[in-house]
Amino acid sequence: MEFLLGLPLLGGIVLAIFGHRNFAAEINSAFSLLTLIAAAALTVKIVADGPQLLFEEQFFVDPLNVFLVALTAFVGFTTSLFSRPYMRIEQAHGRLSAGRLRLYHSMYQLFTFTMLLALTTNNMGILWVAMEAATLTTVLLVSLYRTAASLEAAWKYFILCGVGIAQALFGTILLYFAAEKILGHEGVALLWTHLNEVKGQLEPRVLSLAFVFLLVGYGTKVGLVPLHNWLPDAHAEGPTPVSAVLSGLLLNVALYAVVRCKVLADGALHSNLASLLMMGFGLLSVVVASFFLSRQKDIKRLFGYSSIEHMGIITFAFGMGGPVASFAGLLHMTVHSLTKSAIFFAVGHAAQKCGSQLIENIRGLIKLSPTVGWGLMLGTLAILGMPPFGVFASEFLILTTAMKEQPWATPILLISLGVAFAAIFGKVQPMVFGEPAAKRLPHKPAMLPVFMHLALVLMLGLWIPPYLAEWYRQAAKLIG
Amino acid sequence: MSHLPLYAQIINLLAAALLLLSFAMLAQRRILSLINLFMAQGIVLCASTAVVAAATEQHHLYWSALITLVLKVFLLPWILHRLIRRLNVKWDIETLINIPATMMIGLMLVIFSFNLALPISELAGTITRSTLGIAMAAVMLAFLMMITRSKAVPQVIGFLAMENGLFFAATSATYGMPMVVELGIALDVLVGMIILGVFFFQIREQFDSLDIRHLEKLKED
Repeated sequence: MEFLLGLPLLGGIVLAIFGHRNFAAEINSAFSLLTLIAAAALTVKIVADGPQLLFEEQFFVDPLNVFLVALTAFVGFTTSLFSRPYMRIEQAHGRLSAGRLRLYHSMYQLFTFTMLLALTTNNMGILWVAMEAATLTTVLLVSLYRTAASLEAAWKYFILCGVGIAQALFGTILLYFAAEKILGHEGVALLWTHLNEVKGQLEPRVLSLAFVFLLVGYGTKVGLVPLHNWLPDAHAEGPTPVSAVLSGLLLNVALYAVVRCKVLADGALHSNLASLLMMGFGLLSVVVASFFLSRQKDIKRLFGYSSIEHMGIITFAFGMGGPVASFAGLLHMTVHSLTKSAIFFAVGHAAQKCGSQLIENIRGLIKLSPTVGWGLMLGTLAILGMPPFGVFASEFLILTTAMKEQPWATPILLISLGVAFAAIFGKVQPMVFGEPAAKRLPHKPAMLPVFMHLALVLMLGLWIPPYLAEWYRQAAKLIG
Repeated sequence: MSHLPLYAQIINLLAAALLLLSFAMLAQRRILSLINLFMAQGIVLCASTAVVAAATEQHHLYWSALITLVLKVFLLPWILHRLIRRLNVKWDIETLINIPATMMIGLMLVIFSFNLALPISELAGTITRSTLGIAMAAVMLAFLMMITRSKAVPQVIGFLAMENGLFFAATSATYGMPMVVELGIALDVLVGMIILGVFFFQIREQFDSLDIRHLEKLKED
């Protein structure tokens, strides 16, 4: 546990000093690997011993967050592997100076730290602080290229997420206000475990208001429509490894915060307000995002919108609640972040080879570089929910549960998924199989992370290891 | 506690001053005065926190008053002053909606927040409960200011004013958050401000101006 949080923090400091050297990318990967090992050790411990409270109850690890911790550390590690050659090439092309690389490496580790802190903390206030810090560490990463567009994207990201997160702070204040009546002024009134014990006694009126603010606040970071404006811009303009971790990790962590709040709200309200709100926001995101997909010209924006769509699906699943839907939501979280980061890796290489992120300029990847082409194609098929990939399994579970419990929502979901399929497949197909417009570039892509992720997604689609399934089930039980 | 009404009166007075300052910020056209108003808001905030601390003998509130004093009265205005001197932006602010109209919207927002806060403040057992509506109104007004300003610096001051309102809400509803959390929030605000400072220079380098209307190129077409 100490290592889990200490390593990325130390990494951030070390890389702030050495980040401009040639071996910085290796240090970055090494720290990410050590974090992954720490996360794995923690996971083994939690699976063996059950939920744990650490450091005077300030940290809390249960099946729900330990699975996200493992996922975060894993994707953080593979992304650092991908970023090593990617950022080198960017530097060779003269888009980045050594000083900016130092900033990039240092912020990369600190960002990992804030996310792990947000996941493991037991204190709702610290959760807020960590989420805000995650925004702050990524703002300068989004504007790393210092182009007009990237500055605009970073500004929008900062202001929108700042305002959003301020709403979440107000929600947290209201939550504390409701809790301190029962738990007293002492520090425990914001500890999630204590709140969870007394959630039935919390004042419902205050808590419903608090949940609305928390959902809007953290929902901004999840990218739920209508608060999603920052997301496609930030994904398109930042460096590709940053897009991969934003999509694959940050959105998950923000959604995790919403889910923790929902558990409390459900317990206090004795009504399904929280569920209805989450289902509503989720469906709206799915519909709006999938109809925006067909209008995108920039490949990274396209997949940014696709992330909004998938976050909408997951939010909807958690909103429905129940063991099956929550299980499917967790599974979808895992497969989405694995697949989406794999896609961003492939897209990053494709854009580097063709020298442009515009869809019309990327053609014939399969001839330029078969591995990148196949990586992108398979990743796209996986994210669109084709069997036998894992996304199919989770979407199938969500849809069948929706048919049983919320039949009215099923046609909306199906139509949106169909529209998304047509839009994305129609755009990616010529990119991969069309006539190549660009020359081959000499550099070798780092495809190991892509195929590693896709293989995992494939495995999750065909066979979920029993201990993993058991773990999801426990987490789903916690969410209720 | 027989002295309670006096304290409550002082707090109400300070809350009224806070609201007044929020309106003044909304109406202010000059950046320098805006920063001074922000500083004044910091002073009021600090004073009210100290008064609440004295009235309720919540000792950790003295610490948060001290943090407020250092951060919002000295450090942040100082950074802002330095920034605008280095960036050389002293010109008047253009608003997107004219000021009387903004004030009218502001009035409506105040009424809205008072209504929203009424059921909650009835539940509060704190001596400051009547000020929760004002805190909410201050948040809303700061939000309005962010929407109606087109330059980057006033938007950021709006953002900081919003944080002020939230802080006031925390003291008036609950006698302040636990200390760890408050320290974390203060750290975030400070780091955010420094990052924004860096950011301003980047924006200016790129566009030769801090008018964020330049930042409207990324649109869906």
